[in-house]
Amino acid sequence: MSIDYLDGNALAGPLGELFAVDVTAAIGTCAGCGAAGPVAALQVYGPEPGLVARCPSCEEVVLRLVRTPDAAWLDLRGAVSLRIPMPETRS
Amino acid sequence: MPRLPWRVAKLVEIRQETATARTLVFQIPGWPGHLAGQHVDVRLTAPDGYSTERSYSVAAPEQGDRVELTVELVPDGEVSPYLLEILEVGDEVEIRGPVGGWFVWRPDHTTPVLLVAGGSGVVPLMAMIRARRAAGSSAPFRLIYSVREPDQRFYLDELANPDPGLDIAYLFTRKTPDGWARPPGRITQADLTGASTDIDSYVCGPTGFVEAAADHLIALGHAPDRIRTERFGPTGG
Repeated sequence: MSIDYLDGNALAGPLGELFAVDVTAAIGTCAGCGAAGPVAALQVYGPEPGLVARCPSCEEVVLRLVRTPDAAWLDLRGAVSLRIPMPETRS
Repeated sequence: MPRLPWRVAKLVEIRQETATARTLVFQIPGWPGHLAGQHVDVRLTAPDGYSTERSYSVAAPEQGDRVELTVELVPDGEVSPYLLEILEVGDEVEIRGPVGGWFVWRPDHTTPVLLVAGGSGVVPLMAMIRARRAAGSSAPFRLIYSVREPDQRFYLDELANPDPGLDIAYLFTRKTPDGWARPPGRITQADLTGASTDIDSYVCGPTGFVEAAADHLIALGHAPDRIRTERFGPTGG
Protein backbone atom coordinates (compact mmCIF):
# COMPACT_ATOMS: atom_id res chain seq x y z
CA MET A 1 0.00 0.00 0.00
CA SER A 2 1.43 3.37 -0.94
CA ILE A 3 1.91 6.24 1.44
CA ASP A 4 -0.29 8.51 -0.70
CA TYR A 5 -3.11 8.71 1.76
CA LEU A 6 -4.72 11.14 4.14
CA ASP A 7 -6.42 10.20 7.36
CA GLY A 8 -9.92 10.17 8.75
CA ASN A 9 -9.69 13.83 9.72
CA ALA A 10 -10.32 14.47 6.01
CA LEU A 11 -13.76 12.84 6.38
CA ALA A 12 -14.94 15.50 8.81
CA GLY A 13 -16.27 17.86 6.15
CA PRO A 14 -17.96 15.29 3.90
CA LEU A 15 -19.50 13.41 6.88
CA GLY A 16 -20.41 16.73 8.52
CA GLU A 17 -22.81 17.26 5.63
CA LEU A 18 -24.72 14.18 6.76
CA PHE A 19 -24.52 13.85 10.53
CA ALA A 20 -25.29 16.07 13.47
CA VAL A 21 -22.40 14.66 15.49
CA ASP A 22 -18.72 14.59 14.58
CA VAL A 23 -18.23 11.04 13.33
CA THR A 24 -14.42 11.40 13.07
CA ALA A 25 -14.19 11.27 16.89
CA ALA A 26 -16.22 8.03 16.96
CA ILE A 27 -14.44 4.74 17.74
CA GLY A 28 -14.90 2.29 14.88
CA THR A 29 -14.31 -1.45 15.01
CA CYS A 30 -12.93 -3.03 11.83
CA ALA A 31 -14.91 -5.96 10.41
CA GLY A 32 -11.68 -7.35 8.95
CA CYS A 33 -9.41 -7.63 11.98
CA GLY A 34 -11.41 -6.32 14.94
CA ALA A 35 -9.07 -3.39 15.61
CA ALA A 36 -10.81 -0.45 17.26
CA GLY A 37 -9.78 3.16 16.86
CA PRO A 38 -11.04 6.61 16.00
CA VAL A 39 -12.43 7.22 12.53
CA ALA A 40 -9.90 10.12 12.40
CA ALA A 41 -7.08 7.54 12.37
CA LEU A 42 -8.32 5.58 9.33
CA GLN A 43 -6.19 5.80 6.17
CA VAL A 44 -8.17 7.75 3.61
CA TYR A 45 -7.73 7.61 -0.16
CA GLY A 46 -9.51 9.94 -2.53
CA PRO A 47 -11.31 12.25 -2.92
CA GLU A 48 -12.08 11.09 -6.49
CA PRO A 49 -14.11 9.16 -7.43
CA GLY A 50 -14.99 8.75 -3.75
CA LEU A 51 -13.43 8.62 -0.31
CA VAL A 52 -12.18 5.18 0.76
CA ALA A 53 -11.14 4.73 4.39
CA ARG A 54 -9.00 1.73 5.31
CA CYS A 55 -8.11 0.17 8.65
CA PRO A 56 -4.61 1.25 9.74
CA SER A 57 -4.02 -2.26 11.15
CA CYS A 58 -5.12 -4.58 8.32
CA GLU A 59 -5.81 -2.15 5.45
CA GLU A 60 -9.29 -3.55 4.81
CA VAL A 61 -11.87 -1.02 3.61
CA VAL A 62 -13.89 0.21 6.60
CA LEU A 63 -15.92 3.03 5.08
CA ARG A 64 -16.64 4.42 1.63
CA LEU A 65 -18.35 7.69 0.83
CA VAL A 66 -19.35 8.87 -2.64
CA ARG A 67 -21.07 12.17 -3.22
CA THR A 68 -23.24 12.71 -6.29
CA PRO A 69 -25.03 15.96 -7.10
CA ASP A 70 -28.22 14.80 -5.39
CA ALA A 71 -27.16 12.04 -2.99
CA ALA A 72 -24.45 10.69 -0.72
CA TRP A 73 -23.64 6.96 -0.74
CA LEU A 74 -22.21 5.72 2.52
CA ASP A 75 -20.91 2.14 2.65
CA LEU A 76 -20.06 0.99 6.19
CA ARG A 77 -19.89 -2.76 5.63
CA GLY A 78 -16.28 -2.85 6.85
CA ALA A 79 -17.24 -1.48 10.25
CA VAL A 80 -18.71 -3.77 12.90
CA SER A 81 -19.77 -0.74 14.92
CA LEU A 82 -19.22 2.93 15.53
CA ARG A 83 -19.12 4.12 19.14
CA ILE A 84 -20.11 7.76 18.94
CA PRO A 85 -19.30 9.96 21.94
CA MET A 86 -22.42 11.73 23.21
CA PRO A 87 -22.85 14.43 25.84
CA GLU A 88 -23.93 12.82 29.12
CA THR A 89 -27.61 12.97 29.89
CA ARG A 90 -29.15 12.67 33.35
CA SER A 91 -32.57 11.21 33.88
CA MET B 1 -30.15 25.69 5.59
CA PRO B 2 -27.92 22.61 5.20
CA ARG B 3 -26.20 21.20 8.25
CA LEU B 4 -22.78 22.41 7.18
CA PRO B 5 -23.42 25.47 5.03
CA TRP B 6 -20.95 27.18 2.75
CA ARG B 7 -20.49 30.73 4.01
CA VAL B 8 -19.15 33.77 2.20
CA ALA B 9 -15.70 34.64 3.57
CA LYS B 10 -14.12 38.01 2.84
CA LEU B 11 -10.34 38.33 2.95
CA VAL B 12 -9.53 41.17 5.36
CA GLU B 13 -5.82 40.78 6.10
CA ILE B 14 -2.72 39.12 4.63
CA ARG B 15 0.47 38.37 6.56
CA GLN B 16 3.60 37.00 4.90
CA GLU B 17 4.99 34.09 6.93
CA THR B 18 7.77 32.83 4.64
CA ALA B 19 8.71 33.28 0.97
CA THR B 20 6.03 30.73 0.06
CA ALA B 21 3.43 30.94 2.83
CA ARG B 22 0.95 33.54 3.95
CA THR B 23 -1.61 33.85 6.69
CA LEU B 24 -4.99 34.86 5.29
CA VAL B 25 -7.50 36.36 7.69
CA PHE B 26 -11.13 36.00 6.61
CA GLN B 27 -14.23 37.61 8.02
CA ILE B 28 -17.16 35.20 7.92
CA PRO B 29 -20.56 36.54 8.99
CA GLY B 30 -22.44 33.93 11.06
CA TRP B 31 -19.29 31.96 11.92
CA PRO B 32 -20.25 29.53 14.73
CA GLY B 33 -16.80 29.47 16.39
CA HIS B 34 -14.22 26.69 16.48
CA LEU B 35 -11.73 24.77 18.60
CA ALA B 36 -7.95 24.82 18.20
CA GLY B 37 -6.95 22.06 15.78
CA GLN B 38 -10.12 22.07 13.69
CA HIS B 39 -10.08 22.70 9.96
CA VAL B 40 -12.26 24.26 7.31
CA ASP B 41 -13.02 23.51 3.68
CA VAL B 42 -12.37 26.34 1.21
CA ARG B 43 -14.28 26.32 -2.08
CA LEU B 44 -13.42 28.27 -5.20
CA THR B 45 -15.92 28.53 -8.05
CA ALA B 46 -14.97 29.68 -11.55
CA PRO B 47 -17.31 31.83 -13.66
CA ASP B 48 -18.23 28.74 -15.72
CA GLY B 49 -19.45 26.96 -12.60
CA TYR B 50 -16.47 24.63 -12.12
CA SER B 51 -15.63 24.43 -8.44
CA THR B 52 -12.96 22.80 -6.34
CA GLU B 53 -12.26 22.65 -2.63
CA ARG B 54 -9.39 22.02 -0.22
CA SER B 55 -9.11 21.63 3.54
CA TYR B 56 -7.01 24.00 5.62
CA SER B 57 -6.33 24.03 9.34
CA VAL B 58 -7.31 27.11 11.28
CA ALA B 59 -4.23 28.88 12.67
CA ALA B 60 -5.75 30.84 15.55
CA PRO B 61 -8.38 30.25 18.22
CA GLU B 62 -11.92 31.53 18.04
CA GLN B 63 -12.05 35.29 17.60
CA GLY B 64 -15.57 36.41 16.69
CA ASP B 65 -16.14 36.12 12.96
CA ARG B 66 -12.42 36.18 12.06
CA VAL B 67 -10.86 32.96 10.81
CA GLU B 68 -7.11 32.76 10.12
CA LEU B 69 -5.63 30.20 7.75
CA THR B 70 -1.93 29.83 6.93
CA VAL B 71 -1.52 28.54 3.40
CA GLU B 72 1.69 27.19 1.87
CA LEU B 73 2.10 27.49 -1.86
CA VAL B 74 1.92 24.17 -3.70
CA PRO B 75 3.47 25.20 -7.05
CA ASP B 76 1.39 22.88 -9.22
CA GLY B 77 -1.65 23.15 -6.97
CA GLU B 78 -5.07 24.24 -8.03
CA VAL B 79 -6.22 26.21 -4.99
CA SER B 80 -3.18 27.52 -3.11
CA PRO B 81 -1.75 29.56 -6.04
CA TYR B 82 -5.11 31.29 -6.36
CA LEU B 83 -5.36 31.98 -2.63
CA LEU B 84 -1.79 33.29 -2.43
CA GLU B 85 -1.21 35.02 -5.75
CA ILE B 86 -4.60 36.18 -7.01
CA LEU B 87 -6.86 36.77 -4.03
CA GLU B 88 -6.69 40.32 -2.65
CA VAL B 89 -8.03 41.98 0.48
CA GLY B 90 -11.75 42.53 -0.07
CA ASP B 91 -12.16 39.46 -2.32
CA GLU B 92 -14.46 36.62 -1.31
CA VAL B 93 -14.32 32.82 -1.28
CA GLU B 94 -16.63 30.23 0.30
CA ILE B 95 -15.74 28.46 3.53
CA ARG B 96 -17.57 25.76 5.49
CA GLY B 97 -16.79 24.49 8.95
CA PRO B 98 -15.41 24.13 11.43
CA VAL B 99 -14.99 20.37 11.07
CA GLY B 100 -13.06 17.68 12.91
CA GLY B 101 -13.58 16.87 16.57
CA TRP B 102 -10.64 14.51 17.07
CA PHE B 103 -7.50 16.55 16.48
CA VAL B 104 -8.48 19.31 18.92
CA TRP B 105 -7.13 20.80 22.14
CA ARG B 106 -9.54 22.28 24.65
CA PRO B 107 -8.38 25.09 26.97
CA ASP B 108 -9.77 23.32 30.06
CA HIS B 109 -7.28 20.45 29.59
CA THR B 110 -4.44 20.70 32.12
CA THR B 111 -2.45 17.63 30.98
CA PRO B 112 1.04 18.34 29.58
CA VAL B 113 1.07 18.43 25.80
CA LEU B 114 3.67 17.51 23.18
CA LEU B 115 3.19 19.10 19.76
CA VAL B 116 5.16 17.61 16.86
CA ALA B 117 5.03 19.53 13.58
CA GLY B 118 6.41 18.72 10.16
CA GLY B 119 6.46 21.72 7.82
CA SER B 120 3.08 23.38 7.46
CA GLY B 121 1.73 20.83 9.94
CA VAL B 122 2.56 23.49 12.51
CA VAL B 123 -0.61 25.43 11.63
CA PRO B 124 -3.19 23.62 13.80
CA LEU B 125 -0.57 23.26 16.56
CA MET B 126 -0.05 27.03 16.49
CA ALA B 127 -3.79 27.41 17.00
CA MET B 128 -3.38 25.29 20.16
CA ILE B 129 -0.44 27.41 21.37
CA ARG B 130 -2.44 30.57 20.78
CA ALA B 131 -5.54 29.09 22.42
CA ARG B 132 -3.42 28.20 25.48
CA ARG B 133 -2.22 31.81 25.67
CA ALA B 134 -5.69 33.26 25.14
CA ALA B 135 -7.09 31.10 27.93
CA GLY B 136 -4.21 31.85 30.33
CA SER B 137 -3.68 28.09 30.60
CA SER B 138 -0.64 26.81 32.48
CA ALA B 139 -0.70 23.33 30.90
CA PRO B 140 2.95 22.58 30.00
CA PHE B 141 3.44 22.63 26.22
CA ARG B 142 6.41 21.47 24.18
CA LEU B 143 6.66 22.10 20.43
CA ILE B 144 9.04 20.11 18.26
CA TYR B 145 8.98 21.72 14.83
CA SER B 146 10.75 20.10 11.86
CA VAL B 147 11.40 22.13 8.69
CA ARG B 148 13.81 21.82 5.79
CA GLU B 149 15.63 25.09 6.31
CA PRO B 150 15.62 27.88 8.89
CA ASP B 151 13.80 30.39 6.67
CA GLN B 152 10.88 28.01 6.17
CA ARG B 153 9.66 28.40 9.74
CA PHE B 154 6.22 29.94 10.16
CA TYR B 155 5.41 32.34 13.06
CA LEU B 156 9.11 32.90 13.75
CA ASP B 157 8.78 36.23 15.56
CA GLU B 158 5.90 35.04 17.70
CA LEU B 159 7.70 31.83 18.68
CA ALA B 160 10.98 33.69 19.38
CA ASN B 161 9.52 34.79 22.72
CA PRO B 162 7.60 31.74 23.88
CA ASP B 163 4.87 31.99 26.48
CA PRO B 164 5.81 30.77 29.99
CA GLY B 165 5.55 27.00 30.08
CA LEU B 166 6.00 26.63 26.32
CA ASP B 167 9.25 24.95 25.28
CA ILE B 168 10.28 24.95 21.60
CA ALA B 169 12.81 22.81 19.73
CA TYR B 170 13.54 23.15 16.02
CA LEU B 171 14.71 20.31 13.80
CA PHE B 172 16.17 21.03 10.36
CA THR B 173 16.19 18.32 7.72
CA ARG B 174 18.33 19.93 4.97
CA LYS B 175 20.16 22.99 6.27
CA THR B 176 20.73 24.30 9.80
CA PRO B 177 21.60 27.75 11.12
CA ASP B 178 25.36 28.32 11.58
CA GLY B 179 26.77 26.55 14.60
CA TRP B 180 23.69 24.39 15.12
CA ALA B 181 24.61 21.29 17.16
CA ARG B 182 22.20 18.81 15.59
CA PRO B 183 23.18 17.85 12.03
CA PRO B 184 20.44 18.20 9.42
CA GLY B 185 18.24 15.13 9.19
CA ARG B 186 14.80 13.69 9.60
CA ILE B 187 13.17 13.27 12.98
CA THR B 188 14.62 10.47 15.11
CA GLN B 189 13.66 8.80 18.33
CA ALA B 190 16.38 10.81 20.10
CA ASP B 191 14.63 14.05 19.10
CA LEU B 192 11.56 12.92 21.04
CA THR B 193 13.18 11.58 24.20
CA GLY B 194 13.30 13.43 27.47
CA ALA B 195 9.62 14.05 27.80
CA SER B 196 7.50 12.12 30.26
CA THR B 197 5.23 9.61 28.58
CA ASP B 198 2.33 10.90 30.69
CA ILE B 199 1.44 13.48 28.05
CA ASP B 200 -1.01 14.00 25.23
CA SER B 201 0.69 14.25 21.84
CA TYR B 202 -0.50 15.96 18.68
CA VAL B 203 1.45 15.13 15.51
CA CYS B 204 0.73 16.94 12.24
CA GLY B 205 2.56 17.01 8.93
CA PRO B 206 3.04 15.08 5.71
CA THR B 207 2.01 11.42 5.91
CA GLY B 208 5.58 10.04 6.04
CA PHE B 209 6.58 12.45 8.80
CA VAL B 210 3.51 11.62 10.88
CA GLU B 211 4.08 7.88 10.52
CA ALA B 212 7.72 8.23 11.58
CA ALA B 213 7.05 10.53 14.54
CA ALA B 214 4.13 8.44 15.84
CA ASP B 215 6.19 5.24 15.54
CA HIS B 216 9.03 6.86 17.52
CA LEU B 217 6.64 7.96 20.26
CA ILE B 218 5.13 4.47 20.54
CA ALA B 219 8.63 2.96 20.68
CA LEU B 220 9.43 5.37 23.53
CA GLY B 221 6.48 4.05 25.51
CA HIS B 222 3.76 6.57 24.69
CA ALA B 223 0.28 5.05 24.66
CA PRO B 224 -1.07 4.97 21.09
CA ASP B 225 -4.45 6.28 22.24
CA ARG B 226 -2.79 9.43 23.57
CA ILE B 227 -1.15 10.25 20.24
CA ARG B 228 -3.44 12.21 17.95
CA THR B 229 -2.36 12.56 14.36
CA GLU B 230 -3.32 14.57 11.30
CA ARG B 231 -1.75 13.88 7.93
CA PHE B 232 -1.38 16.09 4.89
CA GLY B 233 -1.41 14.32 1.56
CA PRO B 234 1.42 14.62 -0.94
CA THR B 235 -0.91 16.15 -3.49
CA GLY B 236 -3.68 18.68 -3.28
CA GLY B 237 -2.66 22.25 -2.70
